[in-house]
Amino acid sequence: MTGADEGTHADAGTDAPRGRGPVRVTPCPDGPLLVRGPLELVGPDGVPVPVRRRTVALCRCGGTATPPWCDGTHKVNGFRAPG
Amino acid sequence: MTTATPSRTTGPAPLQASPMPLPTPRGRIGEALLRLLTGATLDPAPLHAAVAAAVPGPTRSWLDHDDLQIALTCMYELHHQGLEGVDDDWEWHPDVLVARSLLERRVEAELRDRVTAPAPGATAADVAATLFATAAADDAPSVSRHLARRATQPQVEELLVHRSVYQLKEADPHTWAVPRLTGAPKVALVEIQSDEYGAGDPARQHAALFAAAMRGVGLDDTYGRYVDHVPAITLAHPNVMAMLGLNRRLRGAIVGHLAAFEMTSSVPNRLYGNGLRRLGFGDDVTEYFDEHVEADAVHEQIAARDMAGRLVEQQPALGPDVMWGAAVCLALDGWWARHVLAAWEAGASSLRRPVR
Repeated sequence: MTGADEGTHADAGTDAPRGRGPVRVTPCPDGPLLVRGPLELVGPDGVPVPVRRRTVALCRCGGTATPPWCDGTHKVNGFRAPG
Repeated sequence: MTTATPSRTTGPAPLQASPMPLPTPRGRIGEALLRLLTGATLDPAPLHAAVAAAVPGPTRSWLDHDDLQIALTCMYELHHQGLEGVDDDWEWHPDVLVARSLLERRVEAELRDRVTAPAPGATAADVAATLFATAAADDAPSVSRHLARRATQPQVEELLVHRSVYQLKEADPHTWAVPRLTGAPKVALVEIQSDEYGAGDPARQHAALFAAAMRGVGLDDTYGRYVDHVPAITLAHPNVMAMLGLNRRLRGAIVGHLAAFEMTSSVPNRLYGNGLRRLGFGDDVTEYFDEHVEADAVHEQIAARDMAGRLVEQQPALGPDVMWGAAVCLALDGWWARHVLAAWEAGASSLRRPVR
């Protein structure tokens, strides 16, 4: 398959997987990494972490009470993202 | 291949369609409106007369005005699930629309007067930074902190009764904005709303999770069941959301409102969840709040930059209303919180009548 095929006729079928194409990671200013796309997440023990939504926010400040997900704590702990 | 795995076999039941039970009027506007809607009279003159004659109460605010707010609740419900025993034709009846428009003008004029907002900035990043800063600077008293540390079980019930007016139709007023937007902001709004509506799983709809929490604390989750129990200031917020959503000229404000709503959700909902666990409630009750910690940490990022920010880049003229809508959200939440906490600190109920 060539790159030109991606996202065209192959997506027309009803059984085409959602979210084709690369995973897109957006660093939010002084906040989490917003991740869109066909994400597969694996914990430090090698066990897959269930991903329950199509777009997720991964904690970047280290303060979350619900790792690996962001819980908004960066807004109250003074986190400043590098760069 | 996505690894999204919504649970389709467990969890709360999907919501059933049910119109709002007819609320009890709280004055002349509501009485005249319900007589018209239920066919007790064919004469719209008493409704128009009552609207024209209404004056603000002792607080000088229409947001505290029980008669006006319950009338607006009924009028907006015609656009949502409908009112029990009321013909759906009333939704677009000119007499009701004229009365609603006059009431809305009073509410909007008061909010324009009382709520000011900073300039938005020009880029999506500027808009997002300004929105986050505005939400962070909000110094309203916190019902969620009270719930986490000190609230009693009856206060938890009161909280869910207040919130049920909106949460059983969670996300609906913002959905009115979808056909009013174009391009990136529209896509961002739908991305958020898809999550609100369960992302393909009716049992994961946020309103369904809230209904499960109500059942878990022993409350009736029937749509509109507790409208008569809550004061005007509780009705005012969902009413304002409907006003911003149903009026195209206010589309900037409903977008800003949603952004602020999402930005003030994750941290308070974590505190609500902790308070409910402190009181011994289980997952059936805490799931709604726990879900919002995770979901709204995502939504606030999408809402700030991709929705509100891109809307202002696309249509700079809407910028001031985006910021105003966000400030309105914070203000209404703050006024409601002051009412609730003042009642509780006085050892009283924050409701108009007891739940049980």
